[in-house]
Amino acid sequence: MAETTLAASAGYDTEHHTGEHATATGISNTKLGMWVFLGSECMLFGGLISTYLLYKDRVPEGGISPRDIYDIYFTSASSFVLLMSSLTMVLALAAVQRADYSRLKLWLFTTALLGSTFIAGQIYEFTAFTREGLGFTTNIFGSAFYTLTGFHGVHVTIGIVMLLSVLILAIRGKITVEKAETVEIVGLYWHFVDIVWILIFTIIYLIP
Amino acid sequence: MAITEERPLALPSGDPARPSEPHLGVFRRPTTTTGWRSWLTTVDHKKIGIMYGASALFFLVVGGVEALLIRLQLAAPNGTLLSADTYNQVFTMHGTTMIFLVVMPIGAAFANYLIPLQIGARDVAFPRINAFSFWCLLGGGILLNSSWFLGGAPDGGWFNYAPNSGVVFSPSHGIDFWNMGLIITGISSLSGAVNLITTVINMRAPGMTLMKVPVFTWMALVTQFLLLFAIPVLTVAQVLLAMDRLYDANFFNVSAGADPLLWQHLFWIFGHPEVYLMIMPAFGIVSETVPVFSRKPIFGYPFMVFSGIAIGFMGFGVWAHHMFASGIGPLSVAAFSLSTMFIAVPTGVKILNWIATMWGGRLTFNTPMLFSVGLITMFTIGGLSGVTHAVAPADTQQTDTYYIVAHFHYVLFGGAFFGFMSGFYFWWPKAFGYKLGEGLGKFNFWTMLLGFNLTFGPMHILGLQGMSRRVYTYDENYGFDFWNLVATIGAFIIALSVLSFIINIFVSKKRAASLPPVGPDPWDARGLEWMIQSPAPEHNFDQTPTVAHLDEFWHRKYAEGDDGRVRRVATGDEVAQPGDGTGVHLPSPSYWPMVAAFSLPLIGWGLIFNLYLAIFGGVLLVVALWGWAIEPPDDIDGVHHDHHDADPSGDVEATGDIEATGDASADAGKADVTAEAATDAAAVPEEAPVG
Ligand code: HEM
Ligand SMILES: [Cu+2]
Repeated sequence: MAETTLAASAGYDTEHHTGEHATATGISNTKLGMWVFLGSECMLFGGLISTYLLYKDRVPEGGISPRDIYDIYFTSASSFVLLMSSLTMVLALAAVQRADYSRLKLWLFTTALLGSTFIAGQIYEFTAFTREGLGFTTNIFGSAFYTLTGFHGVHVTIGIVMLLSVLILAIRGKITVEKAETVEIVGLYWHFVDIVWILIFTIIYLIP
Repeated sequence: MAITEERPLALPSGDPARPSEPHLGVFRRPTTTTGWRSWLTTVDHKKIGIMYGASALFFLVVGGVEALLIRLQLAAPNGTLLSADTYNQVFTMHGTTMIFLVVMPIGAAFANYLIPLQIGARDVAFPRINAFSFWCLLGGGILLNSSWFLGGAPDGGWFNYAPNSGVVFSPSHGIDFWNMGLIITGISSLSGAVNLITTVINMRAPGMTLMKVPVFTWMALVTQFLLLFAIPVLTVAQVLLAMDRLYDANFFNVSAGADPLLWQHLFWIFGHPEVYLMIMPAFGIVSETVPVFSRKPIFGYPFMVFSGIAIGFMGFGVWAHHMFASGIGPLSVAAFSLSTMFIAVPTGVKILNWIATMWGGRLTFNTPMLFSVGLITMFTIGGLSGVTHAVAPADTQQTDTYYIVAHFHYVLFGGAFFGFMSGFYFWWPKAFGYKLGEGLGKFNFWTMLLGFNLTFGPMHILGLQGMSRRVYTYDENYGFDFWNLVATIGAFIIALSVLSFIINIFVSKKRAASLPPVGPDPWDARGLEWMIQSPAPEHNFDQTPTVAHLDEFWHRKYAEGDDGRVRRVATGDEVAQPGDGTGVHLPSPSYWPMVAAFSLPLIGWGLIFNLYLAIFGGVLLVVALWGWAIEPPDDIDGVHHDHHDADPSGDVEATGDIEATGDASADAGKADVTAEAATDAAAVPEEAPVG
């Protein structure tokens, strides 16, 4: 019996504790850890976004500035793609919770695909801008723009790798209803990255 | 910045239904629990805590030698020991080392060692990430210090103001080392913060509600939140600076329109929370020692907790008090001046509470208590000079003079470091099984107090006389000679004091062999960490205690009699657990956290010198993360402290097992660990019997 007590007390067996003593949140460690980590990411993007805001209008006379270069239609389309990937992520989670594994795989794949489309769009956008004369070192706006959107792009890419890993697991039958939380945690990260993009899109492209 | 996940600690082993598993990865699974190799692979929070402490003491010596060089150079007018250039490097490295490689790691050492013990947990939430955090710290520290041998150390001061820290004004690679090294120690702090926050929030013993959590754990928790939100801002600043220095970006290129205040804002948004996260663990330590040696409960526990939280919040709203002379405009100056004065209020609450705890108590002035009282008094002086800089017009006279140097040494050395010394003396028996000697301890304290005040007290005067900080020398007729000489003498007394501490460690260990063992509770103390044997057994608690009170252990030793008087009802030895935990499963050691962490400095050096090295480091990192991911946290072939006899608990155990696995699958939270979940799934039969 001692074993149970010990196992329970180490905190992951939260069900036994919640309500009774309130010494744990009832959320698993891994999920809580992800939430905490995302809190920190807010400050990371906060710093980068502030830098961008400070610098976007400081291009010396004659230099390339945001208004010269943004293609609002293109970026709106790719932002829409990324937003839709959040929807498919939700569908993936719903599927695994229903034990509908074929849908799970379908939606995971779609999410990864939409994410990759977004990244492809970003690569296209970067090359187009470079061709138009805005390089990373061209001016202060270029440095700020590429750093901010680049950081976000790296986050999306990491998310895609995570999605594909879960997809492989799902194909090998390792993701079952009991493990729906795996999908949920990847989803947390994915939605976070999406929300950050909504912010960036609004701030960079929409607000003049 | 990969935050990986860890499975829970207890897993079944010897389950016949469980398929045996091949050794995965390049390395054989490490199994040693003793000898030097066990330290490299350990995931035990206590060993990791001790390693944090040991490496911090090592860097303390390094930073201390740098301090002595500074003081020797300034001992007399027109010093010639160091050139102006070397002097810049020495004071920059002194500050950076002391802050990032000494004070922060000692805070982390105490937090790692004590939090699980104080909350009655088996270990932290993610033991391997914990090991990773430590190795990152060491790797970052080594990278930073390697600059001495690879073309010169950073020379822009610990806050490295841009654009002064750009390539134009600092052409050596020093500041690149500073960027890379501190980004890596930042990863260490961040992963540590995620880990410890999760631990405190989710893994407290039954009954330990938030308002029964010991004050040290509370303050350490606030510290972790400060790290969580402050470190990324520094990382952003450093990334921008690194982009400028290495890849010609324009973030701090003023001729291209950049704003020189950007760095200052980013740095101090990090920097002020930083100073509070350095003092918080020490506040926590003192809040543990003062009640024990006053034989009274902490006065106003809720005030202690809430003032800590208040400091945490307010700490993010005062940063521009470091920029009063930077031209931020009268409105900002007024606002930040006010908010800075307000932050002194919760700080003052703490000081009053410690004094009230001592008031009317039966005081024992042994070494831990002396150092605690040292903190209370010395920190008060530093807090008061802090309030004088909060007055903006006064500060424009004080800023960048030795008066500021005096202020922050009173709060950091007189505050944080005195608190740490108190903690060392207090918890030493718990960690190592012997007490540090009182004789040398008292010598340690009095020399430190004397040396400290001789060194930094006169700096108030020098500063008000107008001596700028960071000047490498001064002329004879400036009137700075006398107090500088006094300060230098003081610095050597401090060095003597630190030496006596190190000697005390060895002398006391030798003497302890002929003394009776210290037992679980040498101080008649109050918290759960004293309810286990000394040194703390590897598995912490034999049985997780159920907590009914703040100061649970004390309440098990003392009770109120019929006459309303509190009496001892049991000794600490009687109440303490015997330390023979059977059936405890601990997470297995692993090489991967260290390999993953050490790939980061390779990337750092690579970005500075040679891209191929960086690519090699990157590949190594990926390999290490995958190795980590596919290695189960618990080695089923490994040694366990358990008896798997055929009693019914076998079945019950399987229940925990399923839950554990369900939890573990959540690990796929990050790409690098997904495969771990795969192995889990393979390793644990889905259809395990439910008890
Ligand atoms: C009572 C609360 C405190 C107040 C009101 C306060 C106020 C200030 C102010 C206004 C400055 C800027 C002075 C200048 O550069 O002109 C300053 C500098 C500093 N303070 Fe404090 N402080 C307080 C507590 C602390 C604590 C607890 C620590 C660390 C443990 C600390 C560490 C520092 C450091 C390191 C600097 C100098 C940074 C630098 O320029 O390199 N202070 N303080
Ligand atoms: Cu400050």
